[in-house]
Amino acid sequence: MASNPTSTGSGRLGVAKTRKLFIDGAFVRSESGRTFATPGPSGNEVNVAMASRKDVRDAVSAARRCLPAWSGLTAYNRGQILYRMAEMIESRSLEFAELVAVREGCTVAEAKGRVEMSVDRWVWYAGWTDKLGNLAASVNPVAGPYFNFSLPVPTGVVAVFAPASLLGITSVLASTVAAGNVAILVAEERGSLVSTSLAEAVATSDFPAGAVNVLTGIQDELVETVSSHRGIDGLDISGLAPELRVASESAASSSVKRVFSESVVEWTEPPSVSRVLAFVEVKTVWHPIGI
Amino acid sequence: MTTASNERMKEVSPAIEYAPAPESRAIVSIRERYQLFINGSFVEPQEGKYFSTINPATEEPLSEVALATEIDVDLAVMAARRAFDEVWSRMPGRERAKYIFRIARIIQERARELAVLESLDNGKPIRESRDVDVPLAAAYFFYYAGWADKLEYVGPGPVPRPIGVAGQVIPWNFPLLMAAWKLAPALAAGNTCVLKPAETTPLSALLLADIIQQAELPPGVVNIVTGAGETGAALVAHPGVGKVAFTGSTEVGKRIQRTLAGSGRRLTLELGGKAANIVFDDAPINQAVEGIVNGIYFNQGHVCCAGSRLLVQESIAEEIVERLRRRMASLRLGDPLDKNTDIGAINSAGQLEKIHRLSKTGEAEGAVAWSSGCMLPERGYWFPPTVFTKVEPAHTIAREEIFGPVLSVMTFRTPAEAVQRANNTVYGLSAGVWTEKGSRILWMAERLRAGVVWANTYNRFDPASPFGGFKESGFGREGGRHGLESYLDR
Repeated sequence: MASNPTSTGSGRLGVAKTRKLFIDGAFVRSESGRTFATPGPSGNEVNVAMASRKDVRDAVSAARRCLPAWSGLTAYNRGQILYRMAEMIESRSLEFAELVAVREGCTVAEAKGRVEMSVDRWVWYAGWTDKLGNLAASVNPVAGPYFNFSLPVPTGVVAVFAPASLLGITSVLASTVAAGNVAILVAEERGSLVSTSLAEAVATSDFPAGAVNVLTGIQDELVETVSSHRGIDGLDISGLAPELRVASESAASSSVKRVFSESVVEWTEPPSVSRVLAFVEVKTVWHPIGI
Repeated sequence: MTTASNERMKEVSPAIEYAPAPESRAIVSIRERYQLFINGSFVEPQEGKYFSTINPATEEPLSEVALATEIDVDLAVMAARRAFDEVWSRMPGRERAKYIFRIARIIQERARELAVLESLDNGKPIRESRDVDVPLAAAYFFYYAGWADKLEYVGPGPVPRPIGVAGQVIPWNFPLLMAAWKLAPALAAGNTCVLKPAETTPLSALLLADIIQQAELPPGVVNIVTGAGETGAALVAHPGVGKVAFTGSTEVGKRIQRTLAGSGRRLTLELGGKAANIVFDDAPINQAVEGIVNGIYFNQGHVCCAGSRLLVQESIAEEIVERLRRRMASLRLGDPLDKNTDIGAINSAGQLEKIHRLSKTGEAEGAVAWSSGCMLPERGYWFPPTVFTKVEPAHTIAREEIFGPVLSVMTFRTPAEAVQRANNTVYGLSAGVWTEKGSRILWMAERLRAGVVWANTYNRFDPASPFGGFKESGFGREGGRHGLESYLDR
């Protein structure tokens, strides 16, 4: 079993995966050298990198650098890269199913269904990249000789406090990058393994380095740093524990961040475009009409 | 303006001479005292306190206005809630629409009265209140009225629902127009409102209350509580308010966002700006100079989207500054009620002090100030149109919002540098681009981190056109279909 390396049943000793952070397109250990242990698929303990404030800052710098590249791609191109994410997860479905089974406490067969749903959700969001403009833009009939239009444009660097489930992580991440934003995914502790495996799919999906950064760690510890960081333009706190939300929103006010919070009971509910629209800014352009 | 200062102005200004042409103030009767507008009638504030509002052009008191405390705010929110539950949210959209259309029509009918009152209380030239503020206020009500029975077409998803009571806090720079920006979409969406006008400019909102009575809007649908910062703070903190809309300073906006943290209550913020107005070497120069003047000297520069940073391509910088000075010398500063006045009074002593302070800082940091030397009236609050050259991006006057008739000029060489300089600010409300090259306009518009980009024009507003900021200029849009979304739940 692919992600169950400690005992394969054949007497062979498995080769374990080192779980690192994913910053600027590279897998790195936390600069702090810290790790924490989380339960692996076969009841073993897996060490996961524990991101520090410095790692957050590195991720923000990488994301900020990447923003022009990612948001500057054509919507068609971005759509293909999101679709490639679906391809990459599909091809790793066994690995994800095992992680989902142990994390979400279901059978591997049920977990496979959730992985398939996640693949389909990447496909759903992939299709939005080049339709968002049709949906959210407008030509405005102003009372004067002006051509006046409004377009949705990406908010910028968005930090996503992710839920623990694969489907939840998929929903918050895919919707954010579909709109052309770059993302810093802050994994929920229990979603660490799924998140780091997802980072591997990102790394093989033609995302430019820094478009998606994945930090594992303790949300409680990172919430203040992430929420108050001036290099971050938007915060999705849907995956944040309710008791941390006030602190997060309060810190976000220091630089007027957009905060999106969706109280989703079940991530299996059909996805909504409101998530994609959560991190777009509407830009209006005026030009006189004349000869 | 006094005759004496008119005389002095003639000596130094190359402006063509005009005989005084004051608009009569007889059309408006200002009451000695204004109470709070709660539940459809004017009521005494619970603590019986009043504050005075003055004419900033003369420093003469105009009226006494009720100071709403927490108790009054609570009464207003309760009245709005009752009106929401019992009347407004149950009324068919087509009926709501007709009430809002009525308001638009009465504003048009009483336009001159509103314009004169606005210029008296705010200090802005009658030419602007008459031609911009008041007609636009009517247009916003007229536009949104038509949405009230078409909400299912606002956007994707099921038929949206109103939120409940909207608490709306507005600034002093466009008092009536900001009231219209706030009330019209909120009412069309089916919400009821508690509006808090700015401390220094409450009168046009109180005249609007009179108009609302004339329109026979059901009691409690719109409530107006006057006061200062504490009144506004009480309103946004009130748990009965489901949606807060604020236009004002970034500092206060941040405080409101913090107040609402974790409450789940909806918020939109329209805050400060430090817009770049970018002029390329191939720009239509005459239009650009007019656009620069309109960008920064419109409404005494009391405009959040004012083009307060002029970025000129190096090769034409000297010419532009020279032409700008010539144009500035013909701007007429003085009596706001005079129909020939271009520049009116600064709205308050506090704002004037801030403009002086930032201008002095500009000079202390090495920038060079120039103003046309027009004489200022002896009484009232005045500041001459001023342009700073030799401004560095790190200077205070290049970074902080002055909110006055003060322009900072900087230069650039390449389009990329123009974008970099324009975006080098915590704000992101608006920007201007002047060039005859279409592809460059779109290239610039794509890269400018601003909610509104005016190309070969500046400071245009329309109810059909979404307006609002990026970054610390706030979030949410006002105007157009987008402006309704912040007043609807899905």
